[in-house]
Amino acid sequence: MSTDYSVEAPVVAGRLTIAQIEELVAKPMDTKPDKKFYLALTISGSALLIGAVCLLYTFYYGIGMWGNNQPVGWGFGIVNFVFWVGIGHAGTLISAILFLLRQKWRTGIARFAEAMTIFAVMCAGIFPIIHTGRPWLAGYLTPYPNQHGLWVNFTSPLVWDVFAVSVYFTVSLVFWYTGLIPDFATLRDRTTSKIKKTIYSIFSLGWRHSSRHWLHYEKAYVILAGFATPLVLSVHTIVSFDFAVSIMPGWHTTIFPPYFVAGAIFSGFAMVVTVLVFVRKIFDLQNIITIDHLEKMNKVILATGMMVGYAYSMEFFIAWYSGVQFEQFAFLNRMLGPYAWAYWTMVSCNVIFPQFFWFKKIRRSIPAMIVIVLFVNVGMWFERFVIVVTSLHRDFLPSSWGMFTPTLYDFGILLGSFGLFFTLVILFTKALPVVSIAEVKAVADGAQPTHHRGEHHD
Amino acid sequence: MTDKKIFGVTALFNEPNAIISAARKVADAGFTKWDVNSPYPIHGIDKAMKMKPSKLGIVTLIFGLSGAVLALILMYWTMSVDYPMIIGGKPYFSLPAFIPVTFEVTVIMATLSTVVAMFAFFFGLPRNSHALHDTDYMKKVSRDHYGIVIEAIDPKFDEMATLQLLKDLKPITTEIIYHPEKENYPIFEPRFIALLVGVAVVVSIGTYLMLNKLVYIVPFDWMEKQAKVIPQSGSEFFADGRGMRLPVKGTVAKGFIPYPFEGETNPKEVLSNPYFPTKENLELGQRKYLTYCSPCHGNYGDGDSRLAGQFPNPPTLHSDRGRNFSDGMIYHIITVGQNVMPSYASQVTRDERWAIVNYIRALQRAKNATDADLKLVKAE
Ligand code: HEC
Repeated sequence: MSTDYSVEAPVVAGRLTIAQIEELVAKPMDTKPDKKFYLALTISGSALLIGAVCLLYTFYYGIGMWGNNQPVGWGFGIVNFVFWVGIGHAGTLISAILFLLRQKWRTGIARFAEAMTIFAVMCAGIFPIIHTGRPWLAGYLTPYPNQHGLWVNFTSPLVWDVFAVSVYFTVSLVFWYTGLIPDFATLRDRTTSKIKKTIYSIFSLGWRHSSRHWLHYEKAYVILAGFATPLVLSVHTIVSFDFAVSIMPGWHTTIFPPYFVAGAIFSGFAMVVTVLVFVRKIFDLQNIITIDHLEKMNKVILATGMMVGYAYSMEFFIAWYSGVQFEQFAFLNRMLGPYAWAYWTMVSCNVIFPQFFWFKKIRRSIPAMIVIVLFVNVGMWFERFVIVVTSLHRDFLPSSWGMFTPTLYDFGILLGSFGLFFTLVILFTKALPVVSIAEVKAVADGAQPTHHRGEHHD
Repeated sequence: MTDKKIFGVTALFNEPNAIISAARKVADAGFTKWDVNSPYPIHGIDKAMKMKPSKLGIVTLIFGLSGAVLALILMYWTMSVDYPMIIGGKPYFSLPAFIPVTFEVTVIMATLSTVVAMFAFFFGLPRNSHALHDTDYMKKVSRDHYGIVIEAIDPKFDEMATLQLLKDLKPITTEIIYHPEKENYPIFEPRFIALLVGVAVVVSIGTYLMLNKLVYIVPFDWMEKQAKVIPQSGSEFFADGRGMRLPVKGTVAKGFIPYPFEGETNPKEVLSNPYFPTKENLELGQRKYLTYCSPCHGNYGDGDSRLAGQFPNPPTLHSDRGRNFSDGMIYHIITVGQNVMPSYASQVTRDERWAIVNYIRALQRAKNATDADLKLVKAE
């Protein structure tokens, strides 16, 4: 185990040859799924089914089935939406921002993280739509010429949300697919099954690994990464506008955009670590997704966790410093009010537990990091719960105060969203290369020319 | 074998340094239609092959900018021209509030155009019928080899000489690649047409059922079928069938002045017109006449509206009787109605009623213009 930080750890450990890398990554696709796979699929599928049943009930009887009420009109629907969008952010950060920062270690985890982005955004997208109560009318959210002569309100943060999330989903999907094309071509050329070959041929678009194509391809990758970077920052910024643009005490603050983005990366990395720890074990990818990679992600979790902690304290400071009575009450109510348990869960999970990552031993210990990242996942869900529920349940007028109690259907749908996410993740691990074959080959030992005969670049 | 058309010759290498020097030599030999294939991009191959930097960024720039402009135009037009509404005290064109959507549209246009342009126009993909597909060469460069292919369409190509040139580069193998035999895909194959027809039928039936049946069944019709006031139909909620309640007896509206001849059909006395037919007054009268009276009496008071024949024919206002009415009498008819014509007191205010009267007078005079009137009009 190399822990000497003065030399860069090799991106691919264990001195794998290029062909070995390909064998390793393509193995799950060449072999039949085993019992464990079906067991995992059954569990996640059941969760998905429970969610689907709860959703059907909701569609039939309306969102009166949920705990939403006056004054807490934004219950689990919005909490889950913000939670899942946040999870998605890690993938884009890894695939785009770390790419622009020339972090080679991202290659092993980028594909998986991008897939998680797409699945998380799919989970997220469901919630605002079902939250409208009549999801079959979701088409009205788009500006299209209609007989009513009406347009969407472009000055509303909720419309910005529609644009941000749908653009984010589309761009992530395109980015992911662009990365997958060379891998599809590789799979096409190695498979012996006719059906698989047809499928891979279609998806590879007939890619020929041509250097004349690689030239533009690499350029396109930089361009996509360059756009995905501000895009991912914009998405959670806009999500935070849903809150910050209103005048609710506890929401109406300028710290929300950076605070939300940091929180998103924090929770997203936690989720990526949660899933990768298992994936690398199950698929024997320890040499491609190395402990060094996990450690680096844990460092990001530590850093963003501190930012989130800073935001929590700064909110308090500003509430006091602004002298606004309602703002002060909102924050005291968070800490000491009826939902104090949620608040303290959030603080301990998000601010206190990640501090263990200061210790190198813990950063590099698989069991320890599993525990901590699970806490972070829980904590970040509670952060959204605290923001949504505690601000709404006691606003300006004591006469309109109330309490929010989620129903079984709320929990069922939340469970269902996890079911959907993990079902997609599990199917993905078997259907597509979970690691970018082309990218990892390119950073393997001896993959690049050693000398440029006088002419140097990069 | 010999009658097959040759696509090109290839050479395989298994070491990145070798491919770089080989590529440099082929480029120096002056070939143009040739390529290097490798499982991943090799550093420095662009220099070795003497390739120009990618111009893909231009596409991104053009489409990104047009995305921004289009988004702004759309928001400007919808929010400030087509359906202007003041929201949150912001101006109609509220640039800060338009930034997020502008940004998102820019990103989506820029990225999609870049990817589509690259694959479809720069590379000519999708193309699964290329001669290199399904060759040993392709299988190797897809995995862990690096290959050079020189195409037969290159002006310098000569089967023997080019093959020799490649052999001199000391590759691990060389191979001659032929064009695959052309396959035909007849578009008008009956099965394909049957498939198209089938899809069209299913989609049409599906759409019809979705839009005309599905949305009217439970629970989708619950909004439509709730206990609410539906215009033009009775309400079951109150015994009298009215949706809204009448005001308590004796309620007097703000600004109400009782009309002294209420309920009389042939009043002995009428009010006198307090307004002169000024331009503004006539214009007001015209507007109100066109709104409230023209549906029955016609645009010029001829009684020739589209209601003629469907309703007790509304009379012309240009009859002798109509012209001999005093102003006050017309006002009286608007206020209390006459036989089947209902009262318009609740729709037009007192002042508007007098303006209508003045306007009717103008219409009557125009229909029976004297020479003196014509002279006046011409003089204007
Ligand atoms: C719903 C159709 C309708 C509308 C709208 C309507 N009227 Fe009438 N109006 C009639 C009918 C029908 C008569 C003939 C009633 C009768 O049989 O005495 C009439 C009669 C009259 C008469 C008497 C004509 C006569 O020769 O006895 C006048 C004046 C008149 N309307 C003015 C107006 C004015 C001014 C308005 C607009 C405020 C108006 N009407 C709107 C249907 C209408």
